[in-house]
Amino acid sequence: MAVDVPAKARRMPGLAIPHRMRWPLGYSAAAVLVFLAYYYMIPNLGPGGQTFFREWLPLTSVNEALVWVICALGLNIVVGYAGLLDLGFVAFWALGGYTAGWLMSGFFYQVDIHLFGGALGTAPGIHISFWLVLLIGAGFCAVWGVIIGAPTLRLKSDYLALVTLGFGEIIPQVFTNGDNVFGFNLTNGTKGITPVDPIAIGSFKLGPFDLVYKYVIFVLIVVVVVFISLRLREGRLGRAWLAIREDELAASMMGVPLMRTKLSAYAVGAVAGGLAGVAFATHVGGVLPDRFNFSISITLLAMVVLGGMGNVWGVMLGALVLAWVNSTGLPQFGTSFNEQFGTDINFPSYNYLLFGGILVLMMLFRREGILPESRTRLVLHEPSRTDMESLGADMEAPAPELDEEPLLKTTAADEPVITDETGTGTGMGMGEKV
Amino acid sequence: MAATATSVAVPAAIDRKAVIQRYATYVILLGLVVWLSANLINSPSQFFSAGMVGLNLGMLYALIALGYTLVYGIIELINFAHGDLFMLGALFSGFLLTTVMGQEHSDFLGIVLLLVTIVGTMLFCGGINVTLEFVAYRRLRRAPKLAPLITAVGMSFVLQFIGLKWNGSTPKQWPSVLPEGSFGIGEFQVDYSLLAVIGVTVPVLLLLRWVITSTRQGKAMRAVAQDQDAARLMGVNVNRTISFTFLIGGALAGTAGVMYQQVVGTTAYNLGYQLGLIAFVSAVLGGIGNISGAVLGGILIGLIQGFNDGLPYGFGQKWSQSVVFAILILLMVFKPEGLLGRPTTEKV
Repeated sequence: MAVDVPAKARRMPGLAIPHRMRWPLGYSAAAVLVFLAYYYMIPNLGPGGQTFFREWLPLTSVNEALVWVICALGLNIVVGYAGLLDLGFVAFWALGGYTAGWLMSGFFYQVDIHLFGGALGTAPGIHISFWLVLLIGAGFCAVWGVIIGAPTLRLKSDYLALVTLGFGEIIPQVFTNGDNVFGFNLTNGTKGITPVDPIAIGSFKLGPFDLVYKYVIFVLIVVVVVFISLRLREGRLGRAWLAIREDELAASMMGVPLMRTKLSAYAVGAVAGGLAGVAFATHVGGVLPDRFNFSISITLLAMVVLGGMGNVWGVMLGALVLAWVNSTGLPQFGTSFNEQFGTDINFPSYNYLLFGGILVLMMLFRREGILPESRTRLVLHEPSRTDMESLGADMEAPAPELDEEPLLKTTAADEPVITDETGTGTGMGMGEKV
Repeated sequence: MAATATSVAVPAAIDRKAVIQRYATYVILLGLVVWLSANLINSPSQFFSAGMVGLNLGMLYALIALGYTLVYGIIELINFAHGDLFMLGALFSGFLLTTVMGQEHSDFLGIVLLLVTIVGTMLFCGGINVTLEFVAYRRLRRAPKLAPLITAVGMSFVLQFIGLKWNGSTPKQWPSVLPEGSFGIGEFQVDYSLLAVIGVTVPVLLLLRWVITSTRQGKAMRAVAQDQDAARLMGVNVNRTISFTFLIGGALAGTAGVMYQQVVGTTAYNLGYQLGLIAFVSAVLGGIGNISGAVLGGILIGLIQGFNDGLPYGFGQKWSQSVVFAILILLMVFKPEGLLGRPTTEKV
């Protein structure tokens, strides 16, 4: 998305753009371009082009992809920045979605609260403005991030992943079974909460076909999350996250408060999850508990892994690509393929293979992702054992691409190999190191 | 100076934590006893039948949990794909017994063919597990921990895809070759299927115990679990031992798959994810990496689930996943080493 300003502009002295202004400008340029394309160009394109765009790149799927981007950026803060593997991130998405469901619909018909809402003044229920609900949802999720994180963040990698997985299973189940909480209907069970109010800007309400304006709003939310991600990462907190990700023990010895730093990573990630939830509820026009299952968490993880853990632009790219493939690309490709070859293959069912395959292949061949962050690349390619242990491991079936340590190799090659009469080889560079 | 300061401060902190933990455990156990006895007094026959269902489930969980525990014990990997392997085992056994061998009723021939199916499914699942290890996990053995974990999750999705293509997206019914009905002990009824599950599970567990404690390969497994490099220096073929562990784990998952398909009779492509996670909780409850812990944890979780689903004062079936995961979370927070496990200390 965000392209660097062309090299020419950078070199021109008068037009030099300060470094910190580059991404906002590039991002706005890309966003405005897409906006103009959908607002002006595509409606005037002629029937063939219109059909093409309606089939292959409809604005709804662009909007949905943006919601995925918001959520994936949140997960990126937790996994990519702080190195805390979270397999239950869908919990925050669900919590945000239900916040919107509760505060922007006629579901709680017992009360009658209106606050700049997008519904008629006479409608019962709670109708609060979308913008306020965004803030409330983000805050609510941050609180839940702390609640979930406080007891569990003492745990290490595998165990933490499991506990978050547990929360990611329990919270959607609470929403599924929440139609009778001590006789009180909290979530309307499997039927979910529909409809959610439209977004209102002043007295102007966005209808179901004002997708272009919704696009603008989602782009704005994305830019807020990107801004938070980038600024936090440069600051003190971001450096503390990186330190924890790379070596928890060393970080704590250097004075990084472990719990507080990890909790803040959780809370900030949850904020993004909550924003995504609210945005998703307005995008779909309702919330259904079925939508918040484990495969969402895995899809988000695949987005982060594919794009490049820790790199905001990489994650954004990964999320856009995978969300598009998930919502439009695969079904549409399937339809075209089946029409072309007269086959009857159910392409959307290949989703599982696609996402599982992406995770496995990326981990095997390019662990750092498409657009890697330089630091992640180094860490992920460093053998985790000490030299002594690696030496033992080398005796059988080595994995050369993991063993490569350029520095050691060159010293070993430069030194003359001395073999004594017995042939045991005493002078090897590697041998002496031990 | 600093050393003396810490040595004074640390034991006090540990003691307080240990005391809190102990009392918390007592409170939880007391609550459990009160809950169980209230149910027992309320309706003994319901209690008994719920316990029987629970034991039935628990045996299966124990078999699946053993696969997790073996793999975790040896290479410290949570093999997320293990549950889906179990699902494939259930599908394969149904396919083999019903479609290939055409057995749909319970008679003597059915029992014989069931034994053949068990062996076939064990080989099938063990083969898949070994292949997974060879294709994916082996190359990642020395990578940072995040990488194999994500790979395992990915593999779980790939196996689910195979299940989806094989089983279809809707649950599928299978005929059972186990004798139907039940016999009575006093006023309580015991299903024959429970006897069949016990009759298969217990010998398999004893066999596993014999393999691990008495054979050369079992000794090699224990050595590799202790310290891979030392084992290698002692002449143990580490790669082969790890493959063998995956083979055994897969075979156990296959056995569980056959018994599940026979007892429950329905398979679905996402079955493995649900049951696999519950089985994993069992492994953690017993102390992951501990063989007898996995069996104990599996039976306990099965009983808890059976009681929760079947008892008048339980939460009911719709909360059974949540109950199991709540146990997982509480356990992780208060006693991550499990019931029989030993607390690990960090190597500095």
